[in-house]
Amino acid sequence: MAIMTFERKYRVRGGTLVGGDLFDFWIGPFWIGFFGVTTAFFTFLGVGLILMGAAMGGTFNPWLINIAPPDLSYGLRLAPMAEGGLWQAITVCAIGAFVSWTLRQAEISRKLGMGYHIPIAYSVAVFAYITLVVIRPVLMGAWGHGFPYGIFSHLDWVSNVGYQHLHFHYNPAHMLAVTFFFTTTLALSMHGGLVLSALNPAKGEVVKTAEHENTYFRDLIGYSIGTLGIHRLGLFLALSAGFWSAVCIVISGPFWTQGWPEWWGWWLNLPIWNK
Amino acid sequence: MSLTARVGLVFAAALCVVIVLMTFERPPVTTSQQGFRGVAMEQVVNPRTQAVRLAANRVPEALEAADTDGERAREIYENVQVLGELSVAQFGRIMQAMTEWIAPEQGCAYCHNVENMASDEVYTKVVSRRMLQMTRTINVDWTPHVGAAGVTCYTCHRGRPVPAEVWASTILPHNGLQASRGQNHPAPVANLSSLPGEPFTPFLLQDQEIRVISTAAHPNGNPVGTMQTEWTYALMMHMSEGLGVNCTFCHNSRSFANWSTSPPSRLTAWHGIRMVRDINNDYVVPLTPLWAANPRGPAEGPHMPRLGPAGDALKVNCATCHQGANRPFYGAPMLQDYPELNLVSDGPLRAASAAAQ
Repeated sequence: MAIMTFERKYRVRGGTLVGGDLFDFWIGPFWIGFFGVTTAFFTFLGVGLILMGAAMGGTFNPWLINIAPPDLSYGLRLAPMAEGGLWQAITVCAIGAFVSWTLRQAEISRKLGMGYHIPIAYSVAVFAYITLVVIRPVLMGAWGHGFPYGIFSHLDWVSNVGYQHLHFHYNPAHMLAVTFFFTTTLALSMHGGLVLSALNPAKGEVVKTAEHENTYFRDLIGYSIGTLGIHRLGLFLALSAGFWSAVCIVISGPFWTQGWPEWWGWWLNLPIWNK
Repeated sequence: MSLTARVGLVFAAALCVVIVLMTFERPPVTTSQQGFRGVAMEQVVNPRTQAVRLAANRVPEALEAADTDGERAREIYENVQVLGELSVAQFGRIMQAMTEWIAPEQGCAYCHNVENMASDEVYTKVVSRRMLQMTRTINVDWTPHVGAAGVTCYTCHRGRPVPAEVWASTILPHNGLQASRGQNHPAPVANLSSLPGEPFTPFLLQDQEIRVISTAAHPNGNPVGTMQTEWTYALMMHMSEGLGVNCTFCHNSRSFANWSTSPPSRLTAWHGIRMVRDINNDYVVPLTPLWAANPRGPAEGPHMPRLGPAGDALKVNCATCHQGANRPFYGAPMLQDYPELNLVSDGPLRAASAAAQ
């Protein structure tokens, strides 16, 4: 990347949040920064602990490695390493690395004199992770409510948490999250299709402009959100999907203990139709 | 933004806040773990709701034990068909207990002609004989389900002539061109979901296969479909609600069918399903003619339906005994205080045919 001609133009000093000029340098194409150092530290430590957990768990099959949180009986205390303490340490490393990465994005944004859209967008994903392994476990009173680190094992966890509420598709926030996820992919596919069509015209035709794209959608659905608007919409849809995902899991347990279909009783009992 | 739009937005926001505050629960919640850590097989309970449930599922104080010596009831009283082996004191004790368990307001007259206690003219007396035999069968033949705790009349009746939790077949409404499939409408037995609203006839009366699991990919002659799953799902929702537990009480949802990853409680439930089928087919349904002859109950009352809207008997499901507790009365033993119920004789009943007019 560093060999790109425009790269030199963006290699500017300053914009750091912590450390001043100390870490304001590049190694090859990579800017370091204080949070680059902390990201690397937490990543290497966390991955090392995962490998240690795999060794203790007896399998290096990537599908089957499972590093589980402590038993519920440990509550919000620290657990022995082999009984969930490792999960707690890895969680600290993961949050350390994710938050460091967010702040590194903020520093780069400052360095380039642009808005904080990227760190804000990324922090929604980090927020969803922290909701799963910190906020919800704290609200329910035990670290054991966090999800296990493992490809198959975390899927079992997701399935069982869903069935703790009999039918998770009735979770109102899950409905919103799923709808936002689908709408994100729909918007992205339509946007991608539109751009590719405009840029790859039939043989003998010229490349189309944004005004052509607007006209296409105005013909099709009577409205075009525009070249800037589609990216704002895409950001909103994607962040909403992540946000409502976090909401749908944090309300399951701390704020609703029963089957999700039953939650809709208030709707069925509205005095409009329930006489 | 116009004033109207602002007022509208504020109103909508206030409405959302009200809905959120009024419809959810709040921490702290209590949880119990069943499987290995991190598998999320756990029961999540709201302690405020649980306190109400605990209070509603208490065993009443036992009557003073009766003398087991002396003459047998069959030697003193006439027409004693199932309780003849009891001492006279035990006989009196169990009659008093049954009155308090089943008809505390109506008293002896709920089942007896008080002028002639030996008479079988009140049909409820004939029903109770069969129910006594049913209780004995449950306690003797179905220990894999009821264990040592056993059941008494009170397990289901709880002071009501007709247990609160019963089921009957439904009459499906025909709304215009809408197909009446018995689903896609809030189903109270299935947690208000849109699953089939009466999954009991196929599974708790008939013995249709409950287990739905694909063992092959779909194009290769696999007959299992979503429709079939929905009936099983509805029954399982009923079991969860009836027992006040969630799906992970009996299943690891990574494979519902796999016994080796299921908690032992699934085995207890498996026996329970068969027990309920037996109760319905051997004890409840054969009494239908008696209820058909008295569809609103005995002449003295209480007048309440003794048959479902389709004319079939009010039958038993998991909630009939459990009433929201994973073990009836949360496992508090009751049968041990009533040895009389273990002396019920299982012979054929003389009056059953006479009373079914």
